[in-house]
Amino acid sequence: MKKMSKTRLIVCLAAVLLIYVGAWFAEKSAGTNSMLVTVLKKGAVYALIAVSMNLLNGFTGLFSLGQAGFMLVGAYVYAVFTIPLKRHAAVYQYYNGGIIQFELPLLVALILAGLVAAGLAALVGLPVLRLKSDYLAIATLGFAEIIRAVVQWDSLGPVTNGSNLLKTYPTFSSTKILGSTVLFPFIVSGVCIGLILLIINSTYGRAFKAIRDDEVAAEAMGINLFHHKELAFVISCFFAGIGGALLAMFQGTVQANSFKSAMTYDILLMVVIGGMGSVSGSVIASFLYIACSEWWLRFLDNEQFIGSFQVPLLRSGFRMVVFSIVIMVVVLFFRRGIMGDRELWNLRLPKKKKGKEGLK
Amino acid sequence: MFDRILPYLLAGISVGGQYALIAVGYTMVYGILRLINFAHGDIFTAAGFFMVYLTASLPMSVSIPLVIILTVILGFTVERVAYKPLRTAPRMSVMISAIGASYLMQNLMWYVTGGLAKQYPVLPWLGDTVQIGSASTKIVTIVTPILTILLVIALVTLIQKTKIGMAMRAVSHDFEISQLMGIRINSVISVTFIIGSALAAVGSMLFFTNYSTVTPTVGAMPGLKAFVAAVFGGIGSIPGAVIGAFIIGIAENLIRAAGYTAFSDAFTFALLIVVLLFRPTGLFGEKTAEKV
Repeated sequence: MKKMSKTRLIVCLAAVLLIYVGAWFAEKSAGTNSMLVTVLKKGAVYALIAVSMNLLNGFTGLFSLGQAGFMLVGAYVYAVFTIPLKRHAAVYQYYNGGIIQFELPLLVALILAGLVAAGLAALVGLPVLRLKSDYLAIATLGFAEIIRAVVQWDSLGPVTNGSNLLKTYPTFSSTKILGSTVLFPFIVSGVCIGLILLIINSTYGRAFKAIRDDEVAAEAMGINLFHHKELAFVISCFFAGIGGALLAMFQGTVQANSFKSAMTYDILLMVVIGGMGSVSGSVIASFLYIACSEWWLRFLDNEQFIGSFQVPLLRSGFRMVVFSIVIMVVVLFFRRGIMGDRELWNLRLPKKKKGKEGLK
Repeated sequence: MFDRILPYLLAGISVGGQYALIAVGYTMVYGILRLINFAHGDIFTAAGFFMVYLTASLPMSVSIPLVIILTVILGFTVERVAYKPLRTAPRMSVMISAIGASYLMQNLMWYVTGGLAKQYPVLPWLGDTVQIGSASTKIVTIVTPILTILLVIALVTLIQKTKIGMAMRAVSHDFEISQLMGIRINSVISVTFIIGSALAAVGSMLFFTNYSTVTPTVGAMPGLKAFVAAVFGGIGSIPGAVIGAFIIGIAENLIRAAGYTAFSDAFTFALLIVVLLFRPTGLFGEKTAEKV
């Protein structure tokens, strides 16, 4: 890719700034508890997670399904280290107040969440990344399940609180910026996505794409396959960890049981809808996905009357059915997703013809 | 000591048989399409729900065959709708489509049932209790391994001796060449899905006789474990899948007996990873050379 011209860069930064102002203004006018603000916050969190998954699946061609496990690690690290000391007795009521008797500042805990997830990814990656395509997918899925079981293990209770909830740690309402709760997740995930973009456009990013397009050719060009795969895996999991911590902040409580493989599938579908290999696509798709599932399609879950005519089929659960049919339509008929592998800022470039995608 | 372990061992053999019936579906589909059929676990769950709803109005002797037929139709439809349009697409797309199909079926089942757990009907005879040594168990525990082995023998004969079996072997060996040899790929694939779904339906009858409630997501875990069993035995190999399933079923229950219930799921995946690392082709898998 050619270097972006200066004017383009400025336009992009201005657009980002405009989004931030818009989000801030939306919260001010709609109120902190409105659906719009909830969607914005959750969308921002998922945008980061989806982009981190896209880095692996879309840009490096490694089909990993372990995202939920690394998010869980991030969420737990964040929650464990930021629960205020005086609340420990109440949260760890079955484990005598737990054994971690200190708390970290919020930002430190957030970065630590990413680092621990990345460290674990480095260990997991050593054996797992030798596998290919669907074997890699199923092995990473397995690792996520193992992590979930270990975290819920009773003997680790003094640290992880076993299978009980972690709560009372700082959430988005305690990180107000300019009196608004929505700016913190926007800024954190904005910065992280910016970093991912820089990585993608660096030599490493180009090496990742080369591996995706043809492993054998990439190796022949002198790219150390294992080294780069491991690097992509660790980076992706670092940001997944931060994303998990943000998700914990959004939810207000964390429980290992909610980080099931279904969560990974949700994120994968976001990536697919946005377009494998498009950062802006993932961001747009995650906001759309969250807005549809949380907000716009809500009406499908309630019985509706037009005059005295009851609209058939509408009842609890119908929203998800419609939603999954839409997803299937996208997967089957619009395989390139919203953006394909292009980005918002170079939409006008001609579509590249693709020989083969990620997996052979 | 043995008295304490015996009930777990029996449960293990029984669960192993049920996993085996699901695993055969995975391994056959993988052998032919090189696709992890993520929707297979949900087909298994759907078979459970068919039974719940059919027995509400029909006698058992009609509903049992009807359940198998409906499950087969479902499996066939999933293949036609979700996988057939992607025949020439990259493998990752097909796998994503499988995940999407699984997601759709789970949500559909949630919608139809209202998300409540349904009581599975008690199948006559199978649900009776019987005494073995010091352990009392349901008859299904003993029937499962026997029935499993009989079905698998029948299946292996089908694959080795009949024309359609030969076609299946050819397709799994080389997709494109067999097409050139005049094998109708689509009908072979359909037959594969039909057999896999029918076995899943039988497996679900045996499974839910033991577990008695059906929820929309109940099939996800047995589905994944059956897949692990298929990989463990060497994906594409039917006897391998069956042996892998029995080993996993028994090992999982022995871990429960040892008091580490929380780790029984994790163990299965740990086993998967170890197998993939040290013997990626599984116990009985064929070695394939990587072509550049």
